[in-house]
Amino acid sequence: MASTPHAGMRADHKAVADHDGFLRHARFRWIKVALVVCLIALIGYFAADVKPRPYGGSWYGYTLGTAGVLLIFWLALLGIRKRAMTAGRWSLKAWTSAHVYLGLALVVIATLHTGFQFGWNVHTLAYALMMLVIASGIYGAAVYAVLPSTLSSNREQLTLSQMVEGIRAIDRQLHEAAQPLTHSYTEVVLAASEESPFATSLWSRLSGKYPHCATARALTAFQNVASSPDTGPAFATVETLLIRRKAQLDRLRRQTRLKALLEIWLYLHIPGTIALIAALTAHIVSVFYYW
Amino acid sequence: MAELVRLAIVGSGPAGLSAAGRAAALGLSHVLLEKSDHLSDTISKYQKGKHVMATPSQLLLRSDQAFAVGKREDILQTWTDRTTALAVNVKYNAEVKSIRGTGPAIPGSIQKIVTRARDGSSTMTEVQRFAPPYAIELSSGETIMAESVILAIGTQGNPNLVRCPGSDLPHVTYQLDDPYAVLDEHIIVIGTGDAGIENARGLAEDPAQRNMVTVLNRAAKSTNVRESFATAKEPNALALVADHDAGKLTIRYETETKAVEPGWITLATRDGEEKIRCDRIIARIGSAPPRGFVEACGIEFSSSDRLAFPVLSPVFESSAPGIFVIGALAGYPLIKHCLNQGYDVVEFINGNTALKPADEPLLEAKFRDLPGKRSVDEWLEMLRSSIAILEAMSPLQMREFMLDSVVRSCSKGEVIFERYDSGSSLFAIAEGSVHVLTDPGDATKVVPIGKGSIFGEVGLISGRRRGATVVAAEDAICVEISRTAALKLQSQVPAARKAIELISIERQLLQIFSSGLTSADVAELVASARVENKVAGEVVLAEGEEGRDIYIVRRGSMIVERLIGGRPVFLSYLPAGSYVGEMALIDGGPRSATVRAAIKSEVVRLPGDAFARLLQRRPELLAKARSDMAARHDVNMFIESRKESFSSAVDMYSQTAQFLVDNGIGEATDVLLIDEKLCIGCDNCEKACADSHDGLSRLDREAGKSYAHLHVPTSCRHCEHPLCMSDCPPNAIKRGDDGEVFIDESCIGCGNCQRNCPYGVIRMDSEPPKKPSLLSWMLFGAGPGPGEAPKTWRKKNASGGEPPKKAIKCDMCSGIDGGPACVRACPTGAAIRVSPEAFMSVAHMESDN
Ligand SMILES: Cc1cc2nc3c(=O)[nH]c(=O)nc-3n(C[C@H](O)[C@H](O)[C@H](O)COP(=O)(O)OP(=O)(O)OC[C@H]3O[C@@H](n4cnc5c(N)ncnc54)[C@H](O)[C@@H]3O)c2cc1C
Ligand code: HEM
Ligand code: SF4
Ligand code: SF4
Repeated sequence: MASTPHAGMRADHKAVADHDGFLRHARFRWIKVALVVCLIALIGYFAADVKPRPYGGSWYGYTLGTAGVLLIFWLALLGIRKRAMTAGRWSLKAWTSAHVYLGLALVVIATLHTGFQFGWNVHTLAYALMMLVIASGIYGAAVYAVLPSTLSSNREQLTLSQMVEGIRAIDRQLHEAAQPLTHSYTEVVLAASEESPFATSLWSRLSGKYPHCATARALTAFQNVASSPDTGPAFATVETLLIRRKAQLDRLRRQTRLKALLEIWLYLHIPGTIALIAALTAHIVSVFYYW
Repeated sequence: MAELVRLAIVGSGPAGLSAAGRAAALGLSHVLLEKSDHLSDTISKYQKGKHVMATPSQLLLRSDQAFAVGKREDILQTWTDRTTALAVNVKYNAEVKSIRGTGPAIPGSIQKIVTRARDGSSTMTEVQRFAPPYAIELSSGETIMAESVILAIGTQGNPNLVRCPGSDLPHVTYQLDDPYAVLDEHIIVIGTGDAGIENARGLAEDPAQRNMVTVLNRAAKSTNVRESFATAKEPNALALVADHDAGKLTIRYETETKAVEPGWITLATRDGEEKIRCDRIIARIGSAPPRGFVEACGIEFSSSDRLAFPVLSPVFESSAPGIFVIGALAGYPLIKHCLNQGYDVVEFINGNTALKPADEPLLEAKFRDLPGKRSVDEWLEMLRSSIAILEAMSPLQMREFMLDSVVRSCSKGEVIFERYDSGSSLFAIAEGSVHVLTDPGDATKVVPIGKGSIFGEVGLISGRRRGATVVAAEDAICVEISRTAALKLQSQVPAARKAIELISIERQLLQIFSSGLTSADVAELVASARVENKVAGEVVLAEGEEGRDIYIVRRGSMIVERLIGGRPVFLSYLPAGSYVGEMALIDGGPRSATVRAAIKSEVVRLPGDAFARLLQRRPELLAKARSDMAARHDVNMFIESRKESFSSAVDMYSQTAQFLVDNGIGEATDVLLIDEKLCIGCDNCEKACADSHDGLSRLDREAGKSYAHLHVPTSCRHCEHPLCMSDCPPNAIKRGDDGEVFIDESCIGCGNCQRNCPYGVIRMDSEPPKKPSLLSWMLFGAGPGPGEAPKTWRKKNASGGEPPKKAIKCDMCSGIDGGPACVRACPTGAAIRVSPEAFMSVAHMESDN
C-alpha cells in the first residue's frame, strides 16, 4: 500500500528507547549477575575448608564480609543517585534493577558471612537491620510491580489537585443546598462538607478504612428517612450531592491509599539503611578492636 | 478645508512615535494621529509590569526616543515625557477611517483588491489611485490634509464588535487589563477562544472577589470540548468546563446576546429569551486584521497570503505615492526596528538620501568574512541577481531577508550538511555548485546542483531530517535561509513559492523512487503533479474504491487502516516522505485500504497513467515498487492472521494508535510517553527536569490524557511544523541539532508561543534563585531539596526582585550528555521517549504482546 522513508530518516538512534520495566531491564541482566554472584559465594563457602567451622573471622568470612559491606554502601548510594541529576549516560532504571537483584544476593552473601552464628550482639543487630531493609525492599519492589496500573485506572486521567478541587466544588454546592433543611440535617451536612478529604490517621490512609467518615454518616442519615414532611426537593438535591461527594471521596481515598502503599516502605527502608550503616560501623570497629 | 501639514503619522506605537519625534526635531509641520487616548496602545496593553526587551541587541538604536530594557510602565513614561519635550503635535482619540488622494488621478495606477467571503466566493474591486495631498478622514468626521502619510498602525487591528441593540454602551468592553481589580460584579464574557476563557477564569478565580461570571457559548454542549470550544486550546477549554462544574462560573451553551441595557443583558437561548443581571460585558470575539483598511488606502500587498506585507520601496514608500509604511505593519515586529524606521523614514522624506539604514552594521558583519571585497549593497544585488528564487525581491526585502539568513563560503569538498542532520533551513547557491551524495555507501554517486538553484528544501517542507549529505563541488557561496525567512519569502514572493514547490516535488520524486531516475524521467510527472491540502481526518484513498493515482505525503502524516470484521483496524502510520496508492496501480483492482490524514497535511497527487508509463520505461523502478509492496503485504497478512487469534490485541492496538494521533503524536518528532503500568507517581522525572534546567520543570507528568495505561503528559512533542514558532517577534524558537524545538535567550516574554502551542506545554516563568547543594540538603536540610522549588521559597530567597518572565519549554535536554533527564531519572522505566513511526508500528505491537 505504501512505502515509508528509510527507517531512521529521523531519530534513528533512539527508535523506541528500550521499553521494559526495571524488573525486566536489559533482559534480566541483573538477575543473572546476582545468581552468578550467589553461586560463587556458595561454591566458595563449601570449597573453602574453614576450621573448626565457617565463621566471619575466617579468611573466607572476611572476603564475604568485605564484599557485603561494599555492596551495602553501593546499595545505599541509590538514594544519592536518584537525586543528583548529573549529566552522563546513566539510567536510574538500570540502577534500580541492579539494586533489587544485587540487594537480594546480599541475603546469601551476608548469611554465609555469618557462618550461621547468631547471638545478642552488635553483629547480629547489623544482620537483623540488613534483613529488615531487605524485607522492606522486597515489599517495595513488589508494590512497584503490581500497584501502578491500579493507580492509573483509579485516577481516570484526573490529577490529584483536580480531585480535591472537585470535592471542594461539591462542598460549595452542599452549603447552598443545605440552607432550607432543618437544623439537625444541616448539621450533619455541614459536618460532612467540612471534613478534610485527607486522612488524619496513618492507619486510615493505608487501609482505606474510615470508620468515622462524616460523609458516610450524613448519607446514612439521609437514606434512612422515608419521605417525611421535611423531605422537599432540597432534601433530594442534598442527597445526590452527598452521594457524589462520597463517590469522589472514595476515589481520592483510594488514590491516597495506593500512593501511601507505594511510599510507606521507604520509611523503613531509608532509616533502616542509616541504622544499618551505623550498626555496620560498630560491627566492623568491634571486630577489629577484639582482633 | 483644513490646513495642510507636511506629514501625518498614523499610529503612535514605537514606529509612529519615533517618526513624529524626528519630524518635530527637524521642525517639519506634522500631526500624530492616535486612535486611543494615550500613546502606544499595543504596548500599554501588555500585562502589568511586563519586562520589555530590547532585542536584537547588536542593532544600534537610532531615534529621538530612548529605549532600553525595562518595565512597560517606565518605558511608556519615558516616551510620553520625551514626546512632550520634543513638542510633538499629538491628536488623541483620532481614529483614521480612510485616506484618499485629492490630487489628479494617477494614470494607470489602479489597485485590484480581492475579498474572499466565508463561502469561498470572491469579489474584486478596483481602486483608482489619486496623487497627494491626502485627505485623512477621522471617525469623528474631521478631515486632515497632509502631503505625505506615514502609516504605523501595527498589526493588532480592531476587535470585532458586538452587534446588538445597546452594544455601544460604555460597559461593553473588549479588553480586560487586570482581572483581579474587578470586584463584586455580574460579568458576561462573550467569546470562547483562549482570550475569553483566560479573562473569565481570571475573574472567577478568587471567590473573595465575589464576581458572578457567565460565559456565553454559541455552540452546543458536548462531551468533546473540541466541538463545543472549537477555537480554544483544549487544556484551556477543559479548565473552563472544570470551573463551571466546580460552580466558580457559569457556561451557557447555545446562547447569544440579544440586547444590552445598563445593568442588564437579554440573552437568546434555545428555550427563548432570558434577561439577567450584567454590570460588564467583555467581548473577546477576535479581531479583524488591518489589511482591509490598508488596502483601501491604495496600498498593495505582496500576495493574498495571510502572512503577506505591503510592497515597499527601499525608503518604505508603498504603492500609493506619498504613503509610507513602517513598523510591525511593514513586517518588522520588534520595538527597536520600529523606532529606527520611524527615524529613517522621516529622514528619507526630508530628502536625506545618503542615510544608511540602521541595520547596515549587522549586514556588514554578515558579509565581512566572505571572499571578494563587495559593499553591502553590492552583495545584496549579487545574491538577488544570481539566485533564482530571490530575483523578484526589492532591495528593502533583500535587507530584511538577509538579517534572518547566513551567507556561507564553502571550499571545494566541504560538507554543507550531513544525511540525518536535522535542520529546517533552505540553501541557495549564489556561486559555484554542490553535489548531493545519494548513496551513503558510495561517494561517487552524486547529483549536481548548480548556481542559482536551491537545496535542503525537504527539511523546510516536511520538517524532517536531511535525506542526504551535500558537499561543495567547487568553491561555492551559499545562502542558508532560516525557516522563518523562507516562509516569509514564500508569502512575499509568489514566484518563489511556485519555484520552490516545483523543485521540491521533483527532488522528492527522485529521492523516494531513486533507482537511478533522472530529472528527465520525472519531468512528465512533475508537470502533472498537483499539491492538495488535507484536513485532519480527511480520506485520501478509500478502501474498495477505484483509482490509480499515486500520492506522496509532502507534509503532515497519514494513517492507513482497513476494515476487518466490520471495524477499522490500524495498519500503519505514514510520515511525510512516504508514498501510497501504487498497489492498485501495479496489481490492478480497487484500493486495498483506507488512507486518511492524521493531521493537517499536504499530499502531492501524481496521475496514475503518467506513473504507469514511467514504470514501463523503467523496469528497475517497478522492481523497487514491488519490493516496497511486499513489505506492506506482510503487514496486512500479519494483521489478518492476528485478527483470528488476538482480536482484542489488534483492536487495542488500533485504538491506542488513534489515541496517540488524537494527542498530537501525528505531528510529533519525539514525544515523552509514560507507561502507567510502571509509573509509581514519584515525579522524579519532573524533579530531574527542573534540576537540569535552571530549577524549572518543563513537564507536567500528571496532567494530560491516558489510554490503556499509556499516558501523554503535558510536554513538548517537538512538532514537525511547530505552531509555537509561527509568531515569535525575535524568532527565538528554533530547531536544534537533534530535532529539538527550543527557545533561545532572545525570548522577549511576549507569550505568543504559549498561546499558539496547541498542547499547552509552554509556560512563562522566571528563573528561581540558586538552591543550596544536594549534599547540604541531605545532611543539614538546607534549601527546598530536589525538584522545582515552591513559590514561597522562591519569593523568600529572591535577591533583588524577580527576574523577567520568559517562555520555557522542553528542549529534549540538548547539550546534556546522556540525553533527556526525565527518562534517565525514572526509577521504574515508565518514562520513555519515542518517535511516532517507531512506536506505532506492528513490530512494536508484536514486542508488546
Ligand atoms: C504581549 C507582547 C509583548 C511584546 N514584547 C515585546 C518586547 O519585549 N520587545 C519588543 O521589541 N517587542 C515586543 N513585542 C512586539 C512589539 O510590541 C510590536 O512589534 C510593536 O509594538 C509594533 O510597533 P508599531 O509601532 O508598528 O505598532 P503598534 O505598537 O501596534 O502601534 C500601533 C498604534 O496605532 C494605533 N492605531 C491603530 N489603528 C489606528 C487608526 N486607524 N487610526 C489611528 N491610530 C491607529 C494603535 O492604537 C496603536 O497605538 C511584543 C508584542 C506583544 C503582543
Ligand atoms: C541492605 C540492603 C539495601 C540497602 C542498604 C538499600 C538502600 C536503599 C536506599 C538508600 C534507597 C533509596 C531510597 C530513596 O532515597 O528513595 C533504596 C531504594 C530502593 N530499594 Fe533498597 N536497599 C537495600 C536492599 C534492597 C532490596 C533487597 C530490594 C528489593 C528486593 C530493594 C529495593 C529498593 C527499591 C525498589 C528502591 C526504590 C527505588 C526508587 O524508588 O528510587 N532494596 N534502597
Ligand atoms: S519518574 Fe517515572 S515513575 Fe516517577 S513519576 Fe515520572 S514516569 Fe512516573
Ligand atoms: S511547544 Fe507546542 S507547538 Fe511548539 S513544538 Fe512543542 S508541542 Fe509543538
